[in-house]
Amino acid sequence: MSTQASRSAARLMISPSVILLFLWMAVPLGMTIWFSFQRYNLLMPGQTGFVGFQNYEYFLTDPAFFTALWNTLALVGGVLLITVIGGMLLALLLDQPVFGQGIVRILVIAPFFVMPTVSALVWKNMFYNPVNGIFGYISEFFGFQPYDYLAHAPLLSITIIVAWQWLPFATLILLTALQSLDSEQLEAAEMDGASIWSRFIYIMVPHLSRAATVVILIQTIFLLSTFAEILVTTNGGPGNASTTLTYLVYVQSLLQFDVGGGAAGGVVAVILANIVAIFLMRMIGKNLEA
Amino acid sequence: MGQIELKGVTKRFGDVEVIPPLDLMIDEGEFVVFVGPSGCGKSTLLRLIAGLEDVSGGHIEIDGADATDLPPAKRSLAMVFQSYALYPHMSVRKNIAFPLKMAKIDPAVAKEKVENAARVLNLGDYLERRPGQLSGGQRQRVAIGRAIVREPAAFLFDEPLSNLDAALRVNMRLEISELHQKLKTTMVYVTHDQVEAMTMADKIVVLRAGHIEQVGSPLELYRSPRNLFVAGFIGSPKMNFIEGAEAAKHDAHTIGIRPEHTLVSATEGRWKGKVTVSEHLGSDTFLHVETEHGLINVRGDGEVSLHAGDTAYLSPDESQLHRFDAQGMAI
Repeated sequence: MSTQASRSAARLMISPSVILLFLWMAVPLGMTIWFSFQRYNLLMPGQTGFVGFQNYEYFLTDPAFFTALWNTLALVGGVLLITVIGGMLLALLLDQPVFGQGIVRILVIAPFFVMPTVSALVWKNMFYNPVNGIFGYISEFFGFQPYDYLAHAPLLSITIIVAWQWLPFATLILLTALQSLDSEQLEAAEMDGASIWSRFIYIMVPHLSRAATVVILIQTIFLLSTFAEILVTTNGGPGNASTTLTYLVYVQSLLQFDVGGGAAGGVVAVILANIVAIFLMRMIGKNLEA
Repeated sequence: MGQIELKGVTKRFGDVEVIPPLDLMIDEGEFVVFVGPSGCGKSTLLRLIAGLEDVSGGHIEIDGADATDLPPAKRSLAMVFQSYALYPHMSVRKNIAFPLKMAKIDPAVAKEKVENAARVLNLGDYLERRPGQLSGGQRQRVAIGRAIVREPAAFLFDEPLSNLDAALRVNMRLEISELHQKLKTTMVYVTHDQVEAMTMADKIVVLRAGHIEQVGSPLELYRSPRNLFVAGFIGSPKMNFIEGAEAAKHDAHTIGIRPEHTLVSATEGRWKGKVTVSEHLGSDTFLHVETEHGLINVRGDGEVSLHAGDTAYLSPDESQLHRFDAQGMAI
């Protein structure tokens, strides 16, 4: 009884949730864009008004901007590199029949369940800390000066923390992909004279490419908004050596109380994220086509 | 090139002995079929020859040289898998060229060989397609092409036709037989289908639970099966077995008579029975007849006009009777 009336009744009934979802997205976006064209600094009440693209100009010409842009790309790229390659190797290892396979798999997945603030604090205090950390202890044991990772290589240190969190995700997806590989294909390649290395390159890697694409796309979305790890460990420093775009927006709006500038930064970040997404889809999206 | 000899080969998975010590000689240029019910170890035996499984004992010799510990690629054997095992991300051309690429053969020579193989197998128009775009029969041919280009000493086929529909199966059966005529290379073929075995083989190896029950040409196996198992396995429909008094008349524990060696009549004959099912195929008529000696299958010509419920008289051809002792061995 799909009449005109029942169809419009259906529309009427789903409209509240559709409208709510639409407002949920549109209002914050609209307000962000609105604020990005306003002079709106919480430290200077009363001096509000339309300023055109001035907020954008300030944000884009801020010397920290290009550092932050570069840091963001380096962080995302570094984590992707480590997780995809490391994930493949771990998946190959976990695919081997070993005693206690179930427990090993749970152990591998465990870091994914640790919340970012906690894992960043654990790394900061128990690993990287030159006095109390285990890396410092190991350095001293071999007679070297302990290295202050977060002070001297802040971006790399954060990259490693984030990669540690995301490695299980990549491993899990790639492992399931690996298990779906037909063993007769590997045997056929073996009969055809392919060495272990050739079998990996010509049979396994192409088979895993689709899963790797999913890993890269999903991780990029989440990695562009990495925040807790930076806030807890380095606060974007020293200087702005570990400031990413996300963190820069936070500094603008919540540390310098410049709502207008922060909003402009947010819009810039959204645009840049979309550019990255377009590039990614161009480069690897074809892997998803059947 | 292409002589394979198994000497006391055994295979155990844990405590389970899948293949007890087994000797077999496969001569150069022969088309050998391993046939048996599922789980009889025929695929395992093929994988042992291929080197995909390690033997637990005994020796495998290829062309007189010990190949027991050689890796699969070094045995100069090529295998066609049941699932075809084509590489889905490569075009047909790249699939066929893969073994040549792995052997680091000059690309120009490789191209020539791939095109030759494609011509032999009528794959010329499909070289740039992916396996996913091909039909089952075409995929099968690509898998064979990939085996041919290596110019192996012997081909190993692991139930290559079981994923095809009936009509295509008959076609591919012919094509593989023709290929064997053309190449004159040793072929070892695994199947559970006795029709495939009968039509293609120079030599059939009947296996049960890892044991070789009988080795021989198709007609040898058909005419003089060594025991009850082979007698029942080879031939379609199955041979009828009769025990008891009727068998004792022939000094045997069991007698066997093939459906095609029994005369059927509506009026007179040795055994009287009632038709339970009749299958009229036009060329032949298959009757299931319930007699005092049990259910007997008979094959008559297309003119037999008996139907379910009718009374039928059966007369076995005495000269075609098979006799077996209490152990099931032929007398």
